[in-house]
Amino acid sequence: MIVTKSEAWTGRVLLVLLMAFTIVPFLSLLVTALHPSGTYPSGVEWPDDPQWSNFGKAFTAANMGALLWSSGLIVLGVVPAALVMGTMAGFAFGHLRVTGHRVGFFAFVLGLTLPFEGIITPLYYQVRDMGLLNTRWAIILPLLGLFMPFSVIWMRAHFAGMPDDLSEAARIDGATTWQLFWKVHVPLARPAISALGILLFLWTWNQFLLAIVLVDDPAKRTMAGALGAFQGQYGTDIPLLCAGSLLILAPTVLVFVIFQRQFTAALLQGALKG
Amino acid sequence: MASPLAPVRTGTEPPPAESVRRRRAPRARRPGALLGWLFAAPALLVYAVFVLRPLLLTLQYSFYQWNGIGASTFVGLDNYRRIFADPELYGSILNAFKLIVFFSFIPVFLGLLVAATIRRIAQSRLAVVARTVLFLPQVIPLVSAGIIWTWLLSTKGLVNQLLDLVGLGGTTRAWLGDFDTALPAVGIIGAWVLLGLCTLLLLAGMSKIDPGQYEAARIDGAGSVREFFSITLPNLRAEIGVCITLTVIAALASFDIIYISTQGGPGGTTMVPGLQIFYLAFSERRIGAASALAVALVVLVLVVVVPIQRLAKDPNA
Repeated sequence: MIVTKSEAWTGRVLLVLLMAFTIVPFLSLLVTALHPSGTYPSGVEWPDDPQWSNFGKAFTAANMGALLWSSGLIVLGVVPAALVMGTMAGFAFGHLRVTGHRVGFFAFVLGLTLPFEGIITPLYYQVRDMGLLNTRWAIILPLLGLFMPFSVIWMRAHFAGMPDDLSEAARIDGATTWQLFWKVHVPLARPAISALGILLFLWTWNQFLLAIVLVDDPAKRTMAGALGAFQGQYGTDIPLLCAGSLLILAPTVLVFVIFQRQFTAALLQGALKG
Repeated sequence: MASPLAPVRTGTEPPPAESVRRRRAPRARRPGALLGWLFAAPALLVYAVFVLRPLLLTLQYSFYQWNGIGASTFVGLDNYRRIFADPELYGSILNAFKLIVFFSFIPVFLGLLVAATIRRIAQSRLAVVARTVLFLPQVIPLVSAGIIWTWLLSTKGLVNQLLDLVGLGGTTRAWLGDFDTALPAVGIIGAWVLLGLCTLLLLAGMSKIDPGQYEAARIDGAGSVREFFSITLPNLRAEIGVCITLTVIAALASFDIIYISTQGGPGGTTMVPGLQIFYLAFSERRIGAASALAVALVVLVLVVVVPIQRLAKDPNA
């Protein structure tokens, strides 16, 4: 590729500026979190006496242990089940191509752009009538439904690309459809399934609207929902609020840094398919 | 050409693959509609119960006046008429459209500029690090983004500090609390969240363009501007379409950022449909009005997003 020196330099400078624009807000949060609790510090000034203990205080104040446990349970309730359901339906529409599969698929496409606010009101009454209000099921079950359009479309795209010969060979060997699915296609779909799993984890963990409407107790919400409550409670104690926010966003950042490659790939692909 | 090399068939060998396929294919591909639908059943069930049913109920509620507890009265299209008559309600829709400028135009426009500039060094180590960093706002909860920026934009926050530093101290203010600046300030938060995603999406699209096209353009004497308009832009149709779709939905259906940073204030200047639905349904207990606005929001998203999808579709795909 022909690259002149000045072009390479403008590229580098722009990248660094963009990175700074992304990172500086986080740094400001960190610096503020280190000021004495209860003060109203100004912008970015490194405190004379950094209060690292604020993180401990925020951990207790935000009830972090319980929040992590709760968010973990919700993720466990949503992600594996959504993966199984989405994969099975994607297989039916993308590979088995059952009679009328277009109708079924279209039903899911319909839900792809649906804003959650569009159904939150009846969802509240429905969940209440089911007796699930203020339980984690109030978040888990609706999320399963809300994630289906994307999950099914994502998995269908994968299965539509699988050659028919593969299934024919397996059938000639006497495989039932169930065996064909679990023994042949699911192992081959592992990359698509894990990418979907990453996205679903992220969307569940960060889900806010369902959490604040359907569950009153912050300790039974998702991480994002709990953060909303924490902000309401400590909105005036800026250093503590900043420390708490950092603690609450740390898990996603941590998971992101560990699975960085898979995350970026999944996010980019996810955007293209959605 | 291959036939002379094929082994001579004896009577015991299976018939050639071609005839096997013809005879078995229909059965192999369609193991019975019932079985196939059983595979789709769990997904369809949760989707029907927790999405389609509430969606239909929203439509039904939108024709009633109901406080969520007592009896409901059928009012026909009254709730919809009120959306157009009440400045508070249609104002929220207008605000959502203003937010598109910040959530969508800025990230897509800047993203294009930045991506086109850094395309040439996309393989460098710096760019690899940037891939991780620029995704951070996408990974954290939107609520955190709201909290972070509420602090940055406050009277003693970093933004005002920087303005002071460069001698623009006169322009400092509580950005989120000022009638004139609250909406743009909220918009900046959205732009921050979405810029990285757009940049990286567009960069990924650019990496798929055949480098030969750029070489040829260079040899023909095209500069970087010409290159951008003649090669980069036309090849990015699909990716730009995706960026616009995602960001426009983020603007129209915005909730988390605004709930945390301004609650719709001051004086409704940052009120958006998502938040208005929430207040109408769960604070004011006007279920009918909330539902009518919800229906309007769903229709609005479709009306805006479907044509973008059509336009962005690659005619060759």
